[in-house]
Amino acid sequence: MSASRLPSGGSAIDRSRAVSLSFDGREIEAFYGDTIASALLANDVAVVGRSFKYHRPRGIWGAGVEEPNALVDIAGRGPNMRATTEPARPGLIARSVNAAPDALNDTRAFLDRFARFIPAAFYYKTFMWPDWHRFEPRIRAMAGLGKVDPAWKAAKAADRINHHCDVLVVGAGSAGLAAAKLAAQAGKSIMVVDEQSTAGGSLLHRDGEIDGQPGPQWAEETVAALKRDGHQVLTSTTAFGIYDHNLVALNQRHHDGRPDTLWRVRPRQVILATGAIERPLPFANNDLPGIMSADSALVYLRRYGVRVGRRIVIATNNDSAYEVAGALAKAGAEVTLVEMRKGPLPAAPEGVRRLAGRSIVSARGRMRVDGVTLDDGIALPADCVLVSGGATPTIHLYAQAKGRPVWNEARAAFLPGDPVDGITLVGAAMGDTKDGILATWPDARMKGRVWIDYQSDVTAKDVALAARENFVSVEHLKRYTTLGMATDQGKTSNLPGLALMAGITGRSVPETGITTYRPPFTPVPFTSFAGLNGGELMAPVRRLPLETAHRARGAVFQEYGGWLRPAHYGGADAERAIQEEARRARRSVALFDGSTLGKIEVMGPKAAEFVDFIYYNTMSTLKPGRCRYGFMLAESGVVFDDGILVRLDEHRFIVSCSSLHVASVHARLEEWRQDRFGRDAVYIHNATAEMATLTVSGPQSKPLLAALDLGLSLDDRDLPHMAVGEDRFGTDRLRVARVSFTGDRSYELSIRADRAEPLWVRLKEAGKAFDAVTIGLEALMILRAEKGYIVIGKDTDGTTMPHDLGVAGPRIKRQSDYVGRRSLFTEVASKDDRLQLVGLAVAESEPPLPAGSHGVTRDKGMTRSQGFVTSSHMSPTLERPIALGLIERGASRHGEAIDIRHLGTVRRATITPPCAFDPEGERLNA
Amino acid sequence: MQIFNCPFCGPRAESEFHYGGEAGNLRPDGADVPAEDWANYLYMRANPKGATREVWLHVTCGEFFVMERDSVSHKVHSATAIADTSEAK
Repeated sequence: MSASRLPSGGSAIDRSRAVSLSFDGREIEAFYGDTIASALLANDVAVVGRSFKYHRPRGIWGAGVEEPNALVDIAGRGPNMRATTEPARPGLIARSVNAAPDALNDTRAFLDRFARFIPAAFYYKTFMWPDWHRFEPRIRAMAGLGKVDPAWKAAKAADRINHHCDVLVVGAGSAGLAAAKLAAQAGKSIMVVDEQSTAGGSLLHRDGEIDGQPGPQWAEETVAALKRDGHQVLTSTTAFGIYDHNLVALNQRHHDGRPDTLWRVRPRQVILATGAIERPLPFANNDLPGIMSADSALVYLRRYGVRVGRRIVIATNNDSAYEVAGALAKAGAEVTLVEMRKGPLPAAPEGVRRLAGRSIVSARGRMRVDGVTLDDGIALPADCVLVSGGATPTIHLYAQAKGRPVWNEARAAFLPGDPVDGITLVGAAMGDTKDGILATWPDARMKGRVWIDYQSDVTAKDVALAARENFVSVEHLKRYTTLGMATDQGKTSNLPGLALMAGITGRSVPETGITTYRPPFTPVPFTSFAGLNGGELMAPVRRLPLETAHRARGAVFQEYGGWLRPAHYGGADAERAIQEEARRARRSVALFDGSTLGKIEVMGPKAAEFVDFIYYNTMSTLKPGRCRYGFMLAESGVVFDDGILVRLDEHRFIVSCSSLHVASVHARLEEWRQDRFGRDAVYIHNATAEMATLTVSGPQSKPLLAALDLGLSLDDRDLPHMAVGEDRFGTDRLRVARVSFTGDRSYELSIRADRAEPLWVRLKEAGKAFDAVTIGLEALMILRAEKGYIVIGKDTDGTTMPHDLGVAGPRIKRQSDYVGRRSLFTEVASKDDRLQLVGLAVAESEPPLPAGSHGVTRDKGMTRSQGFVTSSHMSPTLERPIALGLIERGASRHGEAIDIRHLGTVRRATITPPCAFDPEGERLNA
Repeated sequence: MQIFNCPFCGPRAESEFHYGGEAGNLRPDGADVPAEDWANYLYMRANPKGATREVWLHVTCGEFFVMERDSVSHKVHSATAIADTSEAK
């Protein structure tokens, strides 16, 4: 027995409330307020885990987020949780990591005996032959930390909270609380965060008075006053990252089973009162269980009433360990203080034996430390060794915000250098301490295994090896040895490691430099970053106003370009349903929900001039009440979108762009408007979501529409193909456009989205008499492909220009400027071997050509692509496969045969005009 | 997450904006623009380090504007509606 719970004391625990938890299957008795670590220490559990690589026994080092060793998997909470920050809860089940069956009896402990054969980066040099992948699975199984429970699922989505305040104070120790108090007095809104479960920082375990009050009491009252005034104080909350323009991210841990909360805070001012972290001291076997940070031992004593040993050796190079030594002696331990400094020293505390000017060269023990040897050869027995190698200021957030740390020789630490806008550092984070320090760094000549990074299993010899192999830059050192790459991110190890490298290479510490600080400061669960962004909310779809009506009719929905649309209405046998819909659409009349079609209104005195510039086709000659099909080009001359432009009157147009391109077309219209035409010359309004568009298409479309008894004359002289009329449906305005994407006579009816359902119901009712069929998008794709109507981005690619699609007129004739014009006259645009739109026919008995297969030719003994199939369907009306493609010189090769190659097989097809059905276009007016 | 100043809406999070290219890339009009000038307009960019002038779009309101900022320090200096710049027609 060495570590034990004292009969009294411990400000954090409530001795009237016992808590029982399990660690590695062993029952652990604790009190409410304990952390898992303090509970383990109280029960004298020395070995709490195994090291990452060598499976060496490891014990608790610290009392906070810097803990490198005491990681545990907690059932229902997650893997690799720090035992030092997780509260002991009744029934909690914790397991040590990297150990099987448990930390005390790890079957892979033998690996440590082979340590000399597996130094840093051994895996870069071995397992190369015959193939790394042969070894990888087994090595991966041996490495790694905690185990992820694949069955685990977060009880609910993690909360993400955005917050604004005047001042964010990170760290609720003496400096942070004093800063918060001052800022509050100045009338600022304040948020204070602290990673400990209780605010107060070192006030909670160090002696001291503020304003005549004991530290803990002052902290408690200051926090209470802040809260009373409406300020926010969050504990168990770590500020883990600072991002552009001082956005600070917080990880808030809850102790009631809720997943961690992610806070995104936008303060005007950030005050970093993040304190400092105690460093280890270098000596052989300095990783043995029972070797701990001196400051943490004081935390365990005063906060949890746990004395970490009975016979304690404390090694220090600074003043801060004196208070620890005195307190432990007073608590009944036999304390020897190994003081590394000579010369004028503070008085040794009462009851403490001091050996000045000495240092530890090695520790002894197998599963826990049982003694140390000093540099003068004296051996001291000990059941616990506390070390204080000096304080490393926690300047991570300052450095993440592109602050440049500057080396301070007197403090043996990197301190904040030039100020960063909006960030102030106070207290120990500024190096503001009074502990005189004798800098102590690892030395390559030290005997034995001197551990630098406990969690990554990096020794002084590994750093020396990296230096020998010329990985002397700190960034190379880090990646070659994995120094500082573990989950603790080298909070205790980075500085000793780079100081050692400095010593080996004969450079100073600042010359050697430090690695880049990156978020997160502490691990953050992915559930926090994900928040609600999962499942349907990962990428929310846009929904049709008539979705419910379609679902009632058995529609099968798919996502098309962000919209959830009916693919077909046929249940399980999709292919059959789609064919049937397309076949019936040609025979009678089809009803189709085309609400996603773009409806962008362009108005204003220069609207006509504007659309002329935007479109490849001349649009200003369009008469009011008429529609015209046209292309929009990118400035590169490539076809960007196609669609119908409707002219309602002299100064008002509707750009009916394709569903997929509404946002991008809208943005480009706005850009040309604001940049070239002027904000008062043209106005643009995207009415796409406001209006539903229902399409009636097919030979029976006119009688069906007539049956609706609208006021509008459907006579083809009044409403010819490519004309638009206004009408009313009930009290709502109805726009009727005779445009067609099927090749059959069609009417597009546009109405307020929220009033679309009665119109849809009416169409369906009236449609019964005409054998009307409701079709989904898949059937429409067949109908348009039969006609050779293209879909931009499917039947075109990033090189397709309008003359490749058979629309060469404007290129030859237009005199005025338009978007993309100059690009249509470059050398490339004028080449005669461009890919051009064609149809591709195969024999009736054959299956359709696979879309994406290539047209090929033999050229100088090599097979060469001549283009590819872009759309391919079985046509139920033609009763044969149809296809569209982009084929080299295709427009001049109609009737020619071409080899189509797909996954090694070659088929023959005949190049045809794109339109396979009703080439004369008679059905548009049938 | 940077904060940009939309001239129309005020300060908003970076995720509401789209980059629109370098400012001052003026379009040469006409069919007889020399190929090199047109290629420069289409493809050639200065990509400066430090002080930059860029076109941005505030997607939520549709405002195109010119933002002067520093591509190294990420400091934002000014934002002017594109229609109010000297280059706009």
